[in-house]
Amino acid sequence: MREMINMIVVLTILGAVSGGLLAATKDWTDPKIEYQQLTFVKGPAIKTILEGASNDPIVDRFKISHEGVDSSFFVGIFNGEASTVAFEGLGKGFGGDIGLMMGVNLVDDTIIGVGVTTHSETPGIGSKAKTDPSFTNQFKGMKMTAIANVDAMSGATVTSNGINGGVAAASKMYQSLKPQILEQLKAFK
Amino acid sequence: MAKTLVQEFTKGLWEEIPPFRLVLGLCPVLAVTKTVENGIGMGVATTFVLVGSNFFVSLLRKFIPSKVRIACFIIIIATFVTLVELLMQAFTYPLFLKLGIFIPLIVVNCIVLGRSEAFAFKNGIARSLADGLGIGIGFTLALAALGAVRELLGAGTLTFWETPIQILSPTIQPFTFMIEAPGAFVCLGLMLCLMNLVESK
Repeated sequence: MREMINMIVVLTILGAVSGGLLAATKDWTDPKIEYQQLTFVKGPAIKTILEGASNDPIVDRFKISHEGVDSSFFVGIFNGEASTVAFEGLGKGFGGDIGLMMGVNLVDDTIIGVGVTTHSETPGIGSKAKTDPSFTNQFKGMKMTAIANVDAMSGATVTSNGINGGVAAASKMYQSLKPQILEQLKAFK
Repeated sequence: MAKTLVQEFTKGLWEEIPPFRLVLGLCPVLAVTKTVENGIGMGVATTFVLVGSNFFVSLLRKFIPSKVRIACFIIIIATFVTLVELLMQAFTYPLFLKLGIFIPLIVVNCIVLGRSEAFAFKNGIARSLADGLGIGIGFTLALAALGAVRELLGAGTLTFWETPIQILSPTIQPFTFMIEAPGAFVCLGLMLCLMNLVESK
């Protein structure tokens, strides 16, 4: 009996101490991990879109919740003014969701760039949306308030439609969130 | 015959160098040694876990009832592995992306559990630390050596800090077989053979 209790006590204490230690470490590393994930997963797309910004868009970010989902907005400061944000929208592709990073200038609502972050499209066909920028570049200069479908990539109709849909959905979200985005941007000068 | 602390440490480097002498923990050895860098990263992570778990197992060996010792070892090891995983994600994310699933799998690496059971549970703290460090460094060296041979033959480069350095002249067609899974077995076999040859001389 004594041995039994001893075993239970030792295992419980060991488990509790480990759990506590790990929880503390997780708390400490969480923001760092989030930053690393943003840098290495979404970073390349953000950097290309907000090229020439004088700040680090991955540091200067804020979150707005829209219909129960938190979206991150990355701020780009150009000529001393925080006029541009990049944020992620989702399109339905051939192999699942396509993450789309979109950069928008809030002054005149123009798209300054669209880039694919994560996808599971067919390598060599749908994946060209990410590797070959000429498709997503068609969105450049379009107004967020008047999104039109762009020419599809030949052979990758589903991917192209997915991206068209994703951009349209992101523009809806952008229009309903614009006042909040402008509010948040005041903090970045 | 009792060994000195230094002997406990150095035995891991040659006499009992894990993948070659004990032929234990082959899963990560074969899977991650595509480049030198991956090998070293995996080795350092394992060393950290080994030293930590050896230290705590040895520290707590008087309190751990022997009937539940394996469960206790696993808790200690799993704690350290999770620590490594979190720290790697926070500070060396690209390496974490490459090693991926093999980091959590250190929990079931027989070297780590084996050293706790066979050594740390029966020996004092200083000896256990020396043993863990020795075996860990031996494991790292073995992984680095295997990774270097495979990468050199398979891609003609050696990778340090994310930058592949071209060693073989690009005109030589690299022997791609070596960086694929079967190449790992062949390479390990050849290295075992070489070690036995050196030993028998």
